[in-house]
Amino acid sequence: MNAALRLFFREAALAWGRGGGALVTVGFYFGVATLLPLAIGPEPQRLAAVAPGVAWVALALAALLGLDRVFERDFEDGSLDLLVLAPLPLEIACAVKCLGHWVATGAPLALAAPVAAIALGADPKLAPLILACALAGGLAFAFTGGAGAALSLGARRGGLLTAVIVLPLFTPPVIFGGGALDAFAAGLPWQGGFALLAAYAAAAVALGPLAMAAACRNALS
Amino acid sequence: MITGLSLSDVTLRRGGRLLFAGLSFQIQAGEAAALTGRNGAGKTSLLRAVAGLVGLEAGRIEFGGADPGEARARGLHLAGHLDGLKPARTAREELAFWSAWFGGKSAQAEEAIERLALGPLLDLEVRRFSAGQKRRLALARLIAAPRPLWLLDEPASPLDAEWRVRFGTIMAEHLAGGGLIVAASHDPLPIPARAVEIGE
Repeated sequence: MNAALRLFFREAALAWGRGGGALVTVGFYFGVATLLPLAIGPEPQRLAAVAPGVAWVALALAALLGLDRVFERDFEDGSLDLLVLAPLPLEIACAVKCLGHWVATGAPLALAAPVAAIALGADPKLAPLILACALAGGLAFAFTGGAGAALSLGARRGGLLTAVIVLPLFTPPVIFGGGALDAFAAGLPWQGGFALLAAYAAAAVALGPLAMAAACRNALS
Repeated sequence: MITGLSLSDVTLRRGGRLLFAGLSFQIQAGEAAALTGRNGAGKTSLLRAVAGLVGLEAGRIEFGGADPGEARARGLHLAGHLDGLKPARTAREELAFWSAWFGGKSAQAEEAIERLALGPLLDLEVRRFSAGQKRRLALARLIAAPRPLWLLDEPASPLDAEWRVRFGTIMAEHLAGGGLIVAASHDPLPIPARAVEIGE
C-alpha cells in the first residue's frame, strides 16, 4: 500500500474517532434540523417549503465541526513536520487529509441530509438531488474548510478563527446548492445550480491543497 | 544519497530576534556534530533549518552535492521535541504508517521493533505509553525507514539510563554504516562528535 493510501486511511480513522467523529457531526446536524420546527412552527406546509434549504444550511454548519482539527493536531504533536519530510508533495498530503476528513464526516452527513429534509416535510423526490448536492457540497466544504483550518494554525481559539475564515467561502456552494434544490422543488431547471456547485467543488479540490500547503509551511516556519 | 552536510555562514533569525550569525561547520559520512548552547540559543531552529522547515536569513546549507529538496524528502530524519504520534493509534499502526511514509520496508519495521524492544507494546494505544516509551517508538522511525542524515533534538531526554546506552549503540552503528548525525543535546553524546557551540 503506498504512502498516500496509508495517509488516507489514517486520516479517515482519526477523523472518525476525533471527538466522536461522524456520530457527533451527524447528531449535531439532526439537532439543528430538529430545532427548526420549534422556531417557525410545526405547520407541515410551511416546513415543507423551507425543508430543503434548511437541511442544506444545517449541513454547511455541521461541516464546520472538526475542521479545525484537520491540521491542528498534526501541528501540535509534531506530525506535520514529518509529513513535510517525505517524497509525497505536501500539497498531495493536504488533499489526501481533506479527502479522509470528508469520507469520515462529509459522506455520513450527505447520507443524513435527505433523511433530515424528508423528516422536515420535503418531497421525497428531492432526496437524490439533496444527496448529490450534499456529496459535491461536502467536498467543497472540506477543501475550502481545510484551507481555513491551515490558515488558523497556531492561533489561539483556532476553531473560531477557522469558522470566521471559512464561512464566506461556504457562501457560494450554499447559494448554488440551495438554488438547485429550490428550482427542482418548483419544477424549474435545476441543472445550472448543480453544475455551478460541482464546479465550485472541483475548484476547491484543485486549489485548496495549494493554499493548505502554503499555510502549513508558513505555520511551521 | 547524502554523503556530507555543510553549513556556510548561516544566520538565523526567529520572531525578529537574531539567534546566531555566521555559523559554519561540516561533517562527512560517518561523522556526527553535537550542537550545544544555552536554552533559546537556536539549536532546535538550526535543526529545523537543515530540515528545510525554517528559512535562513543568510548562508547556505549543502548536502554533499545532493539536491536539497531531494535530500530533505528522501535523505534525512528529524526527531524533534515532539514525538509525532497519535494517542488514539496503536504502536503497530503508527510504526507501519511512518515506515511506509518515509519509504521503509516491512522488514525494516520489524528490525526497528526488535531494536527498540517494542514488541510487547505494539497493540497498545500510544496514549498508554510513558514518555520514554513514546520516544522509543518515535526513534524507531530512524530504523524503520533508513535515511543517512539524522537530525536529533534532545533524543535521549525522556529515556532511562539503560535506553540512553542502547540508543548510543544505535547511533554508533548508524555512523559506522556511513550515516551522519547532527544532535542537539544538553548531555554529552555517547558517540564521538564534533562540538558546535550555538549562539556564542
